[in-house]
Amino acid sequence: MTTGTTSPTDTAPARTGRRPRGRYGAPAALIAPFLVLFTACTLVPIGYAVWLSLFTEHRSGLGFGGSTTVFDGIGNYTHVLADHAFRSGFVTIGCYVVLYIPVMVALSLALSLLLDSALVRARRFVQLSLFLPHAVPGVIAALIWAFLYTPGVSPVVAALGGGLNILGHPLPAVVNVAVWEWTGYNVVIFYAALQAVPREVLEAAVVDGAGPLRTALSIKVPLIRSSLAVVALFTVIGSLQLFTEPTILQGAAPGITSSWTPNMFAWTAAFTNDDYGVAAASSVILAVAAAALSFVVTRATRNRPARRTETAA
Amino acid sequence: MTTLAPPRPARQRRTADHGPHPARRPRLLSSSAVNAALGLAVVYTLLPLAWLVLASPLNTTDLLGGDLFDPSRWHLAANLHGLATADGGIYFRWFLNSLLYAGIGGLLCALVCTCAGYAFEVHAFPGKEKLFGLVLLGVLVPTTALALPMYLLASKVGVVNTFWAVFLPSLVNPFGVYLSRVFAGGYVPGEVLEAARMDGAGELRTFWSIGLRMMLPGFVAVFLFQFTAIWNNFFLPLVMLSDSRLYPVSLGLYSWDTQTHAFPEFYPLVVTGSLLAVLPLVVAFVALQRFWKAGMTAGSVK
Repeated sequence: MTTGTTSPTDTAPARTGRRPRGRYGAPAALIAPFLVLFTACTLVPIGYAVWLSLFTEHRSGLGFGGSTTVFDGIGNYTHVLADHAFRSGFVTIGCYVVLYIPVMVALSLALSLLLDSALVRARRFVQLSLFLPHAVPGVIAALIWAFLYTPGVSPVVAALGGGLNILGHPLPAVVNVAVWEWTGYNVVIFYAALQAVPREVLEAAVVDGAGPLRTALSIKVPLIRSSLAVVALFTVIGSLQLFTEPTILQGAAPGITSSWTPNMFAWTAAFTNDDYGVAAASSVILAVAAAALSFVVTRATRNRPARRTETAA
Repeated sequence: MTTLAPPRPARQRRTADHGPHPARRPRLLSSSAVNAALGLAVVYTLLPLAWLVLASPLNTTDLLGGDLFDPSRWHLAANLHGLATADGGIYFRWFLNSLLYAGIGGLLCALVCTCAGYAFEVHAFPGKEKLFGLVLLGVLVPTTALALPMYLLASKVGVVNTFWAVFLPSLVNPFGVYLSRVFAGGYVPGEVLEAARMDGAGELRTFWSIGLRMMLPGFVAVFLFQFTAIWNNFFLPLVMLSDSRLYPVSLGLYSWDTQTHAFPEFYPLVVTGSLLAVLPLVVAFVALQRFWKAGMTAGSVK
């Protein structure tokens, strides 16, 4: 393989071996700003959260004398894990993922395959229009959809005959906002990957008599597997963090409780109940769950080596 | 910038049963069906934005009445005036805050990431790959799972409810470092660096005057990523800030939205304010298309 087309990990020795150096001043100076910020805003907070999660506060009954903080070991963790509200938050996320990921991934894959076919008119316009919702902040996307869900206000509900009561079903209501926000983003990723599929492979398929549908499903989709894996990974991590959209929709959809997702549970623990130990413990559990899930997704989808399609000339 | 696939031998064709057909015109998916399906998707994505545009000039009664298409009832000027004067004109302060958080924060973050990514790619030092592994692990930690721990730490240190409590965490983006390393590998040829060193340029000088320039497209891509992420961020400012004068625009709109049940006159402010808050991002994305596409594809096609 020639230089410039390999992945970062395998170029390192080749690039740096040329000039042996005694000092590491330059790389240290270049990496230091990131490392300092990363330590201060990621490593230390996590460490501090783990530390806090081991303590609990005992308030004195009369409110005088304040409260005392005592070491509680894994008490907060057992408390949080035993809490029905916290576990039902994970159930919500589970249902959300089961509904959201297949719908969103299938939709963006189908749209990118259609865009990749030779039959499309106004391709740039379509691509940009699909992507545009991603430029809308989650808060505003949820605000807009809250209006569009409300009977009497919404032209969509009116057009559907007024009988649609989506606010009574929070899960599809939230899933729809997420699908709206993320489909176009993932279309861009899939479409770029499809563009990188070698033309001669596709020509060979046509020569072999494969129709467009067959080519799409048996040739194109398997060839962009690594993109699918990355999208699945980031979608799972994103789903676990669900907070903004349900929080905004809470005002309109009474089915969304203050602990509807794990993040909402942690927020309520910290700011409504002032229980920092429980908040810290649930944040740590969430972070661990995300890391574990990412690991599983990465392992499950990495059967073939990653391909590199984006290189400099 | 080119998007070229590494030359790959076409797969060995199965030559078993059928000989070479002449290429058939695809009939299954006709052109009109393809375009109709895409058109439907475009309607889905644009409809809510069209609603936002049409609803922004309405007053409270018309907004809640759902009558969008009567131009005689449009009062955009009145709504903008309301936006400029509500709560002592705080909306434009929120807007300015967002520009500061996202603009300055995005620029500094892109610089920090580019420096680190360049150093990871170009330099050798002990423990490099272990350190990079730590960065990759950082990519997997959900940002909202970090927000509460950051709040707990910030309240211990006493910086809760300050500009810095929102600004500093937004300078960190491990994924940006990863992306920058990919860009450094693609854009900065080793020969150029070698030539600079032969000419006697120091390492930092080489980075500043050569590496950084060559990585400019990557820099812009990381900047756009981070600008959007900060502009859209809701959880961190919600956790950190209680002084409404420090709010970014998303948090400000949320705080107004929570009051609409008691004070319906906030409805038009929320809608018009949302439209104004969306505009800068839409403009940035349309104008800088080629940069974010480069960033997204470099990061995820791999």
